[in-house]
Amino acid sequence: MTVSFRLNGETVSVETPPDTPLLWVLRDELDLTGTKFGCGVASCGACTVHVNGEPVRSCVTAVGDLDGGEVTTIEAADGAAAKAVQAAWRELDVVQCGYCQSGQIMSAIGLLSENAKPSDEDIDGAMAGNVCRCATYVRIRAAIHRAAEIMEA
Amino acid sequence: MTVHTMTVHTSRRGFIQGAAALGAALVVGLDTRGALAASAEATALNPFVTIGADGGVTVMIKHFEMGQGATTGLTTLVAEELDADWDQVTPAFAPSDNETYKNLAFGGQGTGGSTAIANSYMQYRQAAAAARELLVQAAAAEWGVEPSAISIENGELVSGATRGNFGQFIEAAAQLTPSEQPALKSPDAFRYIGRDKLTRKDTAAKIDGSATFAIDVKVPGMVYAVILRAPRFGGQVTGFDASDAMEVTGFLDAKALPNKAGVAVYAKSTWAALQAREAITAEWDFSAAENRGTEELVTYHRELLDAPTYQAHKGGDFDAVAQAVDAAATKVEAEFLFPMLAHAPMEPLNCVIEPTEGGGVRLHDGCQFPGITHPALAQMLGLEMSQVEINTVYAGGSFGRRATVTADYQAEAAMAFDLLGRETPVKLVWSREDDIRGGYYRPMAAHRARIGLDAEGAVAGWDHHIAVKPIIKGTPFEAALVHDGVDHTSIEGVGDSPYTIPNMSVGLTDADTPVPVLWWRAVGHTHTAFVMESLMDMAAHAAGADPVDWRLRHLSGDSGDHKRLTGVLKLAATKSGWAEPASEGRARGVAVHKSFGSYVAQVAEISVDADGLVKVEKVTCAVDCGVVVNPDVVRAQMEGGIGYGLGHFMRNQITLTEGEVDQSNFPDYEPLRLTDMPEIEVHMVASGTAPTGVGEPGAPPVGPALANAIFAATGERVTSLPLAEHGVSFA
Repeated sequence: MTVSFRLNGETVSVETPPDTPLLWVLRDELDLTGTKFGCGVASCGACTVHVNGEPVRSCVTAVGDLDGGEVTTIEAADGAAAKAVQAAWRELDVVQCGYCQSGQIMSAIGLLSENAKPSDEDIDGAMAGNVCRCATYVRIRAAIHRAAEIMEA
Repeated sequence: MTVHTMTVHTSRRGFIQGAAALGAALVVGLDTRGALAASAEATALNPFVTIGADGGVTVMIKHFEMGQGATTGLTTLVAEELDADWDQVTPAFAPSDNETYKNLAFGGQGTGGSTAIANSYMQYRQAAAAARELLVQAAAAEWGVEPSAISIENGELVSGATRGNFGQFIEAAAQLTPSEQPALKSPDAFRYIGRDKLTRKDTAAKIDGSATFAIDVKVPGMVYAVILRAPRFGGQVTGFDASDAMEVTGFLDAKALPNKAGVAVYAKSTWAALQAREAITAEWDFSAAENRGTEELVTYHRELLDAPTYQAHKGGDFDAVAQAVDAAATKVEAEFLFPMLAHAPMEPLNCVIEPTEGGGVRLHDGCQFPGITHPALAQMLGLEMSQVEINTVYAGGSFGRRATVTADYQAEAAMAFDLLGRETPVKLVWSREDDIRGGYYRPMAAHRARIGLDAEGAVAGWDHHIAVKPIIKGTPFEAALVHDGVDHTSIEGVGDSPYTIPNMSVGLTDADTPVPVLWWRAVGHTHTAFVMESLMDMAAHAAGADPVDWRLRHLSGDSGDHKRLTGVLKLAATKSGWAEPASEGRARGVAVHKSFGSYVAQVAEISVDADGLVKVEKVTCAVDCGVVVNPDVVRAQMEGGIGYGLGHFMRNQITLTEGEVDQSNFPDYEPLRLTDMPEIEVHMVASGTAPTGVGEPGAPPVGPALANAIFAATGERVTSLPLAEHGVSFA
């Protein structure tokens, strides 16, 4: 069946069963491959996108359940928090293999959009669901603090 | 440069098309004799360095990028010798060409053993120095000055007030012949090598979702395939029923693989393929499979320790050493058990295979071993080598998993592609469950050691037995790494321990199981460093010595190994405040180990709360890897190696019940998370020695450093891993 939803500021329609996870609609149908498949069970955060500005795991979000929600993917990440996060990630060269980083960045943007000056505990709470097998965690934490400074400046 | 011959084949097409789009170019690469040469056309040479009309420099990266920083490192070497501007230099992945782009450490094209910088250091500098020499000569002729009057500043040729872009001189330079040994810069003139905070070349594409991994590749007409694999290693499919899969929207077909290892399930999307696989039932023949459980495998390995097959220590004598230990005043004895471990790279294994004109194929893959994958595909599909192309893209981690001598997942893709008639492109995808249950694990390993100390506390004998399934035996690496029956990866770090240990014997027994095993970040050192550094700690305590002093006493020779191990150990001790007692509720442990030519010491500092929960607070790391090409990449690899090692030492294991893997995904193979990550401080030893690897050496020491800290805090010596399954509770 045809499922329509709001994606990166536009309305898109795809032919797919409505229980298909948003992740696979983004990747296989809409060619938005910045959002990654890591586990399929909401355990690693590689598939993190925003729905109405909130980070969600697209691998367990049925495309038919979006209910008018506005989906934003890494390709369209924008705004003060997004710019600060990406600048901090660049400045600290956070990435290694890079595969988890779209998800890390979407979670970090979600955190900083709600909380402009997160503590280490706040970062723990927001980022513990995002796995990085390269263990770039020291830099992820430092980059979130740095992004907060950039936003404050 | 030790490149001898060259094979030109069509796998260079992708690059050549890219280079042609630049128009004129100066290409520096290898000619048909394997000598450095220059040309205006990419087709004439196998290029290392290509300079376009706009002055942009493309560096052909012969290694793949799994996050270890090869694209940045090799580009640094070229930027250095060319004095290019950092933004002027761009990496591109080399095509599959086993001769031109071979790893000089193995003789074939591939990445592993922490060799990327070590084997490329002179080669890439020489290629760039040749390009520099030709540009300078061309500019000298044009400007009517001596070459010595020309310098390069930030990617521009300069002579007095005259300046020129590289691009202005490429046509003239391409007509010249480089010298056989172009002059290299002296280290004191380095601008990029050793410079901190040189922005990684892969950062930009990895922070906006634009970096292409194999799983992102889509070609017209492509179908998606997953494999329903035997639930036990070595099982074979005897039949299957896909009738329920017909209900899944997008399901296309299911076919048994010709090697009977499973059933290929085809669909119009990844999700449909995964759903259809759930709906298929299969029957299996387990007569040749691993049908044992972990308890039986542990018992089996422990029994193997009793009667070693091979003597793996030079000069060791089992009987003499055993007698020396028996006669010693004090004995330290321990048995160690290590579980199987999955690599679990963040990007599950996958690749895309598509037909090319004339019946050939193109593989899109985060390809770690083109030198093995390329001939494997040609052989499986009955093609000429020239009919196979490999397009190497970013790999979402590997830790060794993407490098198998069987080209396992690429072979599955080739079988799936062949079963469909070779006209339909196929993307093969592994789920996380496939990855955790898919084998190619760090093998289970058991060690038993007895150390005798004399009345003065000195080692009188060291009797060490190891049982593990060999990784290298039966592979193309056997000639290099198996000697007198001893697979070096089974004993590295023990049989060749740099410590001065009189009267040592190392007995090795090969374990046998149908479970496929593989190198896993740091290979044998993943268990041997834990054993050696735990034993050294136990011996220090038995001798009443400080663990750092005890180690230094056994590293007091004049060899390079002893000097460099001493250097990192002292550095880590000083920086961690080892001489001062840890603060209330905290304790420290130390370990030092040589692997892949590099020397790493780590001090782990832990806290233990009132409930006995352990938290790793800080790891202080000192590394000596020779010349540090990219300090921030070395730092990142130490951070990453520590994190990767730590998570597995703490809580990861693959276990079997009647041959079936008990774990399935991250919830039960719980990775290290941000909340587990300690503070990490990395200190590098300044060195003029040729560079060695950093991808692996950071991982081994953290486990024993942690176990030694736990002993210091609690008096409990844990010798079976993972720690969390053997009495240690983590906060």
